[in-house]
Amino acid sequence: MTEQIINDLTIQAATVNGSGSQTANLVLTRAIFRMGIPVAPKNVFPSNIEGLPTWYQLRITPAGHMARTDQVDVLVAFNPSTWREDIKSVRPGGAVIHEEAFSSADARTDVTYYAVPFSKLAKAKIQSDTLRKQLANMIYVGVVAGLLGIPWDALEHGVKRQFLTKPKAVQVNLDAIKVGLDYWQDNFSKTDPYRLEPMTGAVEGKVLVEGNQAAALGALMGGVTVAAWYPITPSSSLCEYLIAYTDRYRIDPATGEKRVAIVQAEDELAAVGMALGAGWAGARSMTSTSGPGISLMAEFAGLGYYAEVPVVIFDIQRIGPSTGLPTRTSQGDIAFAYTLSHGDTKHLVLLPGTVEECYEFARDAFDFSDRFQTPVFVLSDLDLGMNLWMTPAFKYPDRPFDRGKVLTKADLERLSGEWGRYKDVDGDAVTYRTLPGTDHPAAGFFTRGSGHDESARYTENADAYARNMDRLARKLETARAALPAPVIDESTGSAVGLIAFGSTHAAVLEARQILADAGRPVDYLRLRALPLSAEIGEFVRRHERVYVVEQNRDGQVFDLIRLDLPPDLVERVRSIRHYNGQPIPAIAISEPLLQAEAVPA
Amino acid sequence: MSATLNRVGLPRDAYKGAATTLCAGCGHNSITNHMIKALYELGVEPHRLAKMSGIGCSSKTPAYFVETAHGFNGVHGRMPSLTTGAQLANRQLIMLGVSGDGDTASIGLGQFMHMIRRNIDCTYIIEDNGTYGLTKGQFSATADLGSVQKKGAVNTFQPIDPCAVALTLGCSFVARSFSGDGKQVVPLIKAAIAHRGTAILDIVSPCVTFNDHDGSTKSYSWVKDHEESIADVSFVPFFEEVHVDYEPGTVRDVELHDGSHIVLKKLGEDHDPTDRRAAMRVIEEGRAAGHLVTGLLYLDTTMEDFATTEHIPESPLKDLGEDELRLSRDDFDNFMSEFA
Repeated sequence: MTEQIINDLTIQAATVNGSGSQTANLVLTRAIFRMGIPVAPKNVFPSNIEGLPTWYQLRITPAGHMARTDQVDVLVAFNPSTWREDIKSVRPGGAVIHEEAFSSADARTDVTYYAVPFSKLAKAKIQSDTLRKQLANMIYVGVVAGLLGIPWDALEHGVKRQFLTKPKAVQVNLDAIKVGLDYWQDNFSKTDPYRLEPMTGAVEGKVLVEGNQAAALGALMGGVTVAAWYPITPSSSLCEYLIAYTDRYRIDPATGEKRVAIVQAEDELAAVGMALGAGWAGARSMTSTSGPGISLMAEFAGLGYYAEVPVVIFDIQRIGPSTGLPTRTSQGDIAFAYTLSHGDTKHLVLLPGTVEECYEFARDAFDFSDRFQTPVFVLSDLDLGMNLWMTPAFKYPDRPFDRGKVLTKADLERLSGEWGRYKDVDGDAVTYRTLPGTDHPAAGFFTRGSGHDESARYTENADAYARNMDRLARKLETARAALPAPVIDESTGSAVGLIAFGSTHAAVLEARQILADAGRPVDYLRLRALPLSAEIGEFVRRHERVYVVEQNRDGQVFDLIRLDLPPDLVERVRSIRHYNGQPIPAIAISEPLLQAEAVPA
Repeated sequence: MSATLNRVGLPRDAYKGAATTLCAGCGHNSITNHMIKALYELGVEPHRLAKMSGIGCSSKTPAYFVETAHGFNGVHGRMPSLTTGAQLANRQLIMLGVSGDGDTASIGLGQFMHMIRRNIDCTYIIEDNGTYGLTKGQFSATADLGSVQKKGAVNTFQPIDPCAVALTLGCSFVARSFSGDGKQVVPLIKAAIAHRGTAILDIVSPCVTFNDHDGSTKSYSWVKDHEESIADVSFVPFFEEVHVDYEPGTVRDVELHDGSHIVLKKLGEDHDPTDRRAAMRVIEEGRAAGHLVTGLLYLDTTMEDFATTEHIPESPLKDLGEDELRLSRDDFDNFMSEFA
C-alpha cells in the first residue's frame, strides 16, 4: 500500500449540464466542510441550459488554498462525451470513479479505476421516474464518501443544508447516497492513497458564501432601496439573491409594503438609467451587470460622472471581448470601467479580493457614492461571484450610513437660500446637493449632462467648463485618499514585489508560499481601488522589480500603474497575465516569476 | 393690485422659468405656457414637481417653467428610465416628463414602451414636430408618409404614431392635442397629472424653422385645417365642485384618482374614452380621412400603477434610515450562521 494522502486532494466531477450534478457537488462540498476540512470549489460550466459538459473542481487542502489547480487526484467521470479527455487530467497514481459502461480498456494504466454501474443502480434502486436522473448524481456522492471515508453524519448535514428550503427532499437524496455508499462497501477495497479525516482548527467560525451572495448582503446592509437590473451571466444571481434577501427582511408583515424597489429592466441602458434616476432623487440605488451590460451603460455612466449623481454599479466580470465566453472568468473590464463613457470621464472603482470584501465593498460603495456624488463601480468576477468561498463570518457594520453633503430645508433656511449646486464651498471639490421634494423655494436646480456653471445653470462658457472639469479632477483626488487602501505585506524583505487585485488574490497567497518554499519569497501589495493609491508608487520605489499579476490579456492594471509612476520607476514594473477564462492557478504566477528571477547560469 | 394666488398661495409668476432659447413661434413655447397655466391652476407645489426630459428642443423646455422645481435633463431617449427610478425613490414627487418625437419614437422607443408597460406614474408629454430641429431638419419617425422636408425630400417611411403604440401596450391614459389649442391642452395636462399611471400626451407642435411649410403634415396651417377634436375637454380639480348643467347624453364624466373629474362634451360622434378598441378605431379612421384626431383618446382609471403593484410605500424610500434598512444584529448573526 502506498503512503496515505490525507485531506490534500482535488476531486473533479465531470458531468452533464442540467442533470442535477451541481446539487450533488454542493452536498459533497458541504459534507467535507462539515468534517472541519477546508474546501475550495470551482464550477466550470457551459453557456447552456442542458446537455453540454460541465466540471466541478473541489480542492481540499489542510492549508485552505482557495485557488484553482490543474492537478486532479480523484476524477468522477459521469459524462461519456468528455471521458477520454477528462482522464488525461488525472495525476499519475490518482483514482477514477467512472460509469461502468465506459470502457477503460485503452485508457491509462497509471491510475486506479472504480467502475460503478451508475445507470443500472439508478434504474434498480431509485423508484421515482421523475427524480431518477437527478438522484443518480447523488449515487456518486455515496461512492466518493466510501472512497474517501466521509462519515454519514457529515453527509446528512450536507444534504440538509443543501435542501434547507425543501426538507421533503432530504430523505430521497440520502437514500440515493446510501445506494452509492453500499455499492462501494460491497464491491471495492481501497487501493488508492486518498483519505479524508476530520480536522479541528481550520474552518471554525468560517462559512461558505458566494461572492454574489456576499455582495447582495452588502447592498442590503448598505441600505439599497432601488435596484434595477437586466439578467446576464454571471451577475444575475446578485440581484436574485437581493430579491430573496429583501423578500425576507424588507417586507412589512402587517402591510405587505416593501422597503425596496427592484426592477427587472428591459435592458442595461434602462437598468442604469433607473438606478441613476433613483440616485438623483436621493435613494441608495444600484444596478448589477457584466461586460456587455457595462458597454451599454457607458452613456449614462458619463452623465452620472458629469452631473454628479450617486449610483452603485456592480460588474461581475466575464471574459470578453463581445459575448466572449459568457460563463468564464476574467478581469478584463477594469480599464474600460475606470474611464467608462466619452470625454474625460473617470470613475471610482472598488476591487474586492475576497468574498468578505464583496460584502464590505458592496456595503461601503453606497457611502462612497453618496459622499462623492458619483457612480461607484464594484468589480467582482465570475470566479469570486459564482463560486462558494470559505470565509470568516462577515462583520456587522460599525458605522451609520454616510449620506454625503445634502442640504435640507433647515440648511437652506440657515443659508437664506444662498447656495450653488456645483460650488466648492469646503475646498475638497465635493459640492452640496439638494434632493427633489425639499420644501424650500431655493432647493430646486436643473441637473443636466450639458455644460453648467456653479449654480447648475446651462452654460457654454469656456472658463466655466474648464473650472468645472478641474474641480471634478480634484474631486477624484479627494476620493483617491478615501478609498480602501492597498493591503501591503513587506515582511519578506525581498527586493521583488507582487501587485495583484480581485480574485487573483487567492492564487497569489498560494504562489507566495510556493516561492518562499523555493527560496524566492516576494512582498505583496493588493490593490483595492481605483484611482490608484499613492502607496503604489512608494511600494515600487521600495522594490527592485515588481510583478503585476492580472487576469486579462493586455495587462490593463500594469498599464495604469506605469502611467501613474514617475519615469524612473516605470522600468521596475513587469507583467504576469492569465487569460484563458479559467480562474488563475498559483503556478501561473510562481512559474513565470521563478523563470524571470532565475539567476543566469 | 396684488397678483391672484392659487390654492397653495402662489402667483402665476411662480410657475415661470428661464427665458426660452427656442425659435420665436416654436410650438414648444406655447406648450410651455400651457404647462405654466395648468400647473398654476392646479396649485402644484413646485417642490413636489420633478421635471424630466431627454435630449432635443423639447427636452430643453423644462428649464422654461417652474424654475424653483427640480429638473433633470438626461440623455437622449432615456427619460423614462430616469423617471422610473426617481418615482420609485420618492412616490411623493409629481413626475412630469417632456420629450420629443425623436427622443420618443426613435432613440427612446424601447424605454417609452416599457415605461407604458409598467404603468409608471408620470405624465409624458411628446412635443411632436416630425423633425429633428437641433440637428437642422432631418425627418423623425413620426413624420407622415409622403410628407415633404423643407429642402424637398419626401418621407418614404410609415410613421410611428406614439398614441397608437401606447394604446397597443395598454397605456392607461392616451391623448393627442395641438400646441395651438390651449383650450384642449391645458385640461389634458391637468388630467394627465391627476391620473395615477403613465399618461401619454402627444402634442403636435410645429417647428417654425424646419417643418412649417407646404407639404408638411406638422405645420400650423395643416393642423389648423385638419384637426378634428373628438370632444370638448374640461377639467374639474378635486378642490372644486362639479357643476352639472348639461343636456343628458351629451357629456361623459370620468373621475380620476385624486377625485378630480375630466368632463368630455360630445362634438360629433360619441367616443367612449374607456373603450380601447374604439380609441384605436378613431385614430385609424381619422388617419384614413386625412384628419388629426385630438382629445382624450383613452383612459383607464382602474389599472394599478407600478409602484402600487410593487407595494412601494407612499412615504419616500429615500428617507429610510439604518433602522429600517439594515438587519438587526441578531438577524444578521442568524443569517450568517445559515452559511455555515
